[in-house]
Amino acid sequence: MLPFFKSNTPVNPVYGVVGLFDRPEDLLRAGEELHHKRGYTKLDAYSPFPIHGIDDAIGVPKSILGYIVFCAGLFGFANAVLMVWYTGAVDYPLVIGGKPLFAWEFSIPVVFELTVLFSSFGAVFGMFYLNGLPRFYHPTMNFSRFGEHTDDKYLLVVESTDPRFDVEELQAVMSELGAATTEVVEA
Amino acid sequence: MAQNPAALDPHVKPILVQGGASLHKITDDISKITESQTPLKWYIAIGISSSIALILFAMLGWLVWMGIGVWGNNQPVAWAWDITNFVFWIGIGHAGTLISAILFLFRQKWRTSINRAAEAMTLFAVACAGIYPLFHTGRPWRAAYWLLPLPNPYLAMWPNFRSPLVWDVFAVSTYLTVSALFWYVGLIPDLATLRDRAKGVRQMIFGAASLGWRGSARMWNNYEKAYLILAALSTPLVLSVHSIVSFDFATSVLPGWHTTIFPPYFVAGAIFSGFAMVITLMVIARWALNLQYLITIRHLENMNKVILATGTIVGYAYATEFFIAWYSGNPYERFVFINRAFGPFAWAYWAMVTCNVVTPQFFWSKRLRTNVPFMFVLSIFVNIGMWFERFVIIATSLHRDFMPSAWGYFRPTPVDMLTFFGTFGLFVTLFLAFCRFLPVIAVSEIKGMMANEAMHEAMHGQPVNAPAVPEVLEGGRH
Repeated sequence: MLPFFKSNTPVNPVYGVVGLFDRPEDLLRAGEELHHKRGYTKLDAYSPFPIHGIDDAIGVPKSILGYIVFCAGLFGFANAVLMVWYTGAVDYPLVIGGKPLFAWEFSIPVVFELTVLFSSFGAVFGMFYLNGLPRFYHPTMNFSRFGEHTDDKYLLVVESTDPRFDVEELQAVMSELGAATTEVVEA
Repeated sequence: MAQNPAALDPHVKPILVQGGASLHKITDDISKITESQTPLKWYIAIGISSSIALILFAMLGWLVWMGIGVWGNNQPVAWAWDITNFVFWIGIGHAGTLISAILFLFRQKWRTSINRAAEAMTLFAVACAGIYPLFHTGRPWRAAYWLLPLPNPYLAMWPNFRSPLVWDVFAVSTYLTVSALFWYVGLIPDLATLRDRAKGVRQMIFGAASLGWRGSARMWNNYEKAYLILAALSTPLVLSVHSIVSFDFATSVLPGWHTTIFPPYFVAGAIFSGFAMVITLMVIARWALNLQYLITIRHLENMNKVILATGTIVGYAYATEFFIAWYSGNPYERFVFINRAFGPFAWAYWAMVTCNVVTPQFFWSKRLRTNVPFMFVLSIFVNIGMWFERFVIIATSLHRDFMPSAWGYFRPTPVDMLTFFGTFGLFVTLFLAFCRFLPVIAVSEIKGMMANEAMHEAMHGQPVNAPAVPEVLEGGRH
């Protein structure tokens, strides 16, 4: 790297400790042990499907996606009303069949559809934003068996930024609670 | 493929996933469909279907070159096969959204094996539907200016938002967009699974398509929320789409169209026809891809029950229309319905009644609704019947106008017929491509359903290594 671009902050060569489990219930127990009994906070669990109860076990807060969707829906709703009213009653008023230039009754279909459309954009792109997608590289991908967790394995990851981070303790606890293998992963 | 022979017998207790399939086996079976060498039969099938799709493009090109006079619609039947086909294809799409969204909200676990393919069917059906109104404008490259509120030099006006045709544009385009988003969001974890199994270019393609999905708990947390919200949004959306399609007719003052029963009647008919198409496709797909243990008799039977229920609603709606025509005392309304059943288009009317009202009644019998060849034939009858329903509503209401001097009869041209035939080619080509290149079954959802049940059992005192399936899956969601 060019000297100009050298970061002043020391680079931590260790990203964290990864444990691979064969069974979701072992992952849950290990997560509970580390988070609730030993006070780890910077941990994450990788699994091929959402595991019921994992959020409580490792302390994942409730998703705020609902608020994003609500705002997006409101944006769609307001824009739709504005569009129907401005185009029909202000910019180019045309009397057709003696109908009013603007009324909420005939606006319902278009307003409803655009509210749903923008809410859906909010749901999908909001989810991407909250999950940091797209992101094609992540340090956990350095784990030697990364990828098995999208088939039938389960990973428990504790990041080195955790204030209680202790490689030996983590490896011992994970192995004791059923991890098939544990590994220190580079950043 | 090891299959328990008893499990294939429809009279044994029906189950959702047959045999004690492991999570890895499911990943493997579904992924292998996309990874193994392309079978010759696939090349043959897509060769035929894409040739038929070429007919569609040739016919559309001919239409643009010559003008829409190449179609048979003319006064008094100004809407004919184009709008019939449009409503037909849109209706087919509705079953996919019903399966993916409404059954999800109702916690109907059996939807999991079929939702991916049904959603794909929705997208392809809506794409086929969109062709018709777009080309009916005659100048599809300018249609955007007529249909959407885009400032433009050609028209210098805005669309009329008091017109149901403009509502329809918004409904159908929103439907297509939201269905595509829902489908893609569902695909992301499975694309990541394919990425992690792949090497080289294939890995890069699936890596890009899966957006770097890692399946961490913090991601799943937001993902499940997004999926739930999309299901909750799609549910009213799908009901609104066919309601708005029916407004194209119901808000007119034409006898035969001007009825308040249309929105629910159209929605029931859409689900009816859509499930029939899902049965047609699933019977072929489970046979061709050896997925009988994932798409079980139970799934097919449940869909046949939906066909029976919605088919009966549709039959009831036909009866109600006639009753109201008589009860209203309106001579024009009465005439339209007598003319519908006994006039020049009586053959179409009775074909519709036979296919839509009579045939689904066979599904009261459990033996028939679990008989795969029988349901396949019957689903084709329903598809035909529902096409006739839209044709009957459109053509019979229009062809005998208020003035007998303006009466006429509709005859399709060869271009009409080949265009309709061609959309089937496009539909099947897209579906075959989907079956070849993408996971046809929602792998992560199936695994989640199986494993969470097994885990729940394991953590509450029962043997940890109990087989993950099958009775476990019968219970409610925990």
